[in-house]
Amino acid sequence: MNAVGLNAVVIRGRAHKFGDNINTDIISPVKYMDLSPEAMSEHAMEAIDPGFAAKVKPGDILVAGQNFGSGSSRETAPLSLKHTGISAVVAVFFARIFYRNAINLGLPALELAESESVRDGDDLEIRLLDGWIHNHTQNRQYAFSPMPLKLLQMIQAGGLAAQLEQRLHIDKIK
Amino acid sequence: MGLTLSEKILARKCGLNTVKPRDIVIAKVDCAMMTDILGPRVQIGDAMKRLGASVWDPERVVLIADHYTPAANEKQAEIVAYTRNWASEYGVSRYYEGQGACHQLLAEKGFDLPGSLIVGTDSHTCTSGALGAFGTGIGSTEMLGVLVTGEIWLKVPETVGIRWDGRLSPGVMAKDVILRVIKDLGHAGATYMALEFSGSAIRHMPVDERLCISNMAVEAGAKAGLIPPDEITLEYLESRAAQPYTALAPDPDAHYARTLTYGAAGLVPQAACPHEVDRVKDIPQLEGLDIDQVFLGSCTGGRMSDLTAAAAILKGRRVSPRCRLLVTPASQEVWIQALKAGVLETLADAGALIQAPTCGACAGLHSGVVGKGERCVSTTNRNFIGRMGSVQSEVYLTSPATAAATALEGRIADPRKYL
Repeated sequence: MNAVGLNAVVIRGRAHKFGDNINTDIISPVKYMDLSPEAMSEHAMEAIDPGFAAKVKPGDILVAGQNFGSGSSRETAPLSLKHTGISAVVAVFFARIFYRNAINLGLPALELAESESVRDGDDLEIRLLDGWIHNHTQNRQYAFSPMPLKLLQMIQAGGLAAQLEQRLHIDKIK
Repeated sequence: MGLTLSEKILARKCGLNTVKPRDIVIAKVDCAMMTDILGPRVQIGDAMKRLGASVWDPERVVLIADHYTPAANEKQAEIVAYTRNWASEYGVSRYYEGQGACHQLLAEKGFDLPGSLIVGTDSHTCTSGALGAFGTGIGSTEMLGVLVTGEIWLKVPETVGIRWDGRLSPGVMAKDVILRVIKDLGHAGATYMALEFSGSAIRHMPVDERLCISNMAVEAGAKAGLIPPDEITLEYLESRAAQPYTALAPDPDAHYARTLTYGAAGLVPQAACPHEVDRVKDIPQLEGLDIDQVFLGSCTGGRMSDLTAAAAILKGRRVSPRCRLLVTPASQEVWIQALKAGVLETLADAGALIQAPTCGACAGLHSGVVGKGERCVSTTNRNFIGRMGSVQSEVYLTSPATAAATALEGRIADPRKYL
């Protein structure tokens, strides 16, 4: 199931909390990169959290500190997270290439200064359009700058490639 | 107000006279590079089929099988075959297999041209900045867009000026320079920014050394790392340039977000300690630490000047029985050059294992993977946890000179005592 389908405007799930500088070698270890994306995703984060992929349920949210996704340009990093069921990534800030890759794949990447205060296992609800996150466990609300509508549309389509395909399909019908 | 080199290139590539930081521009790409590991096999091949799309200009696409060559297993071999077949199917004649690391080949084959915009599905595409190009790493989906349209949207980055005046001391190399810069900037200190290097120490460096500096710009989070072209650049390109180019220079009144200035003479050999590239210490603080493997190679530290510097230290001496020394020249051209110059002979006589030009060991794929509990000194660009193999191994990043001295002792050693 595509975890970020048409319901992507609201995302609700458990937080999986990580620290600063989680790099792409941790998210998508290079030694598994000759596998299919699904098989690769079983090893996501395993250097620092063995069993991560098995724990994630569709709708869950990865929350991290500063500089999430540093290192390689490998799109297998956000792709693996998406395949585990992670439906959004929230961090204080992202490394440049990861940020673009995530959004291009239809995985919302949200910058939130208060990421540090989220605890592992917190029940989070993200309203992408409105620009806020409700932490049901801590009964707190955080605001973030909502993504531009164009990017939200891309996320709802399932990413840039899927969006291009839809457009092409519509053009053909016309 | 004047423009930095990055701003000038991006303005030109989107047909404007000027741009300013944070402008979003749609720029025309001069060269789109993909590798085997992050090439057509990730998203691109399938999506292009579904879209029924063709490549906008096959002459501007370069495909390099370097990570999985020579293949260590069937899966790697199949990925290389997929890459090779894709090149053929889409009319991409610039396909190189087993010829060396992609960033070295972009320079050697004359694709890294001053003033050009180069994108690659490898974060170290910033290496191209050493020849005055704006080179940056992108993901697979973005590359799909580039392959179909020849364009990419980019946010014009602010520029950080990095100035090194004077001359480096003997035994101190470009790698030490860039490690010191990353230490000061921090591994996210230049996120979304471009670095621009200047000063007499940089101007005196041969292209080999400049490539090492630009290569690691991304380790400070930077989008690009440029060195304005000069006579050394033009001389290097004279017999290589794949097409005509216009060398651009930053304006004297360009605006820099910040500028770091260094005196080169005072720099001592550096090492990035596990597991972060900005965890940098002076070699004298680390001397004596036991090492199991020394890796001399890659697109960061496997060029002719690197092998020559290591050979000067190893000549007439023997690698310690406590550790192994693996050498992978950055490309086949470097391999042959080092062979003919007697450098490979010197290294092999000292006990080094000379391997094929490949990305293998650097990325922990093959040809020098490190095991649990092992510690490696490497001339590569990343020491993340598990980067070269076991998550319980450690990688220290150093210059080729420090790597050679370390191989002699089987412990981290200062190269200056072997000069």
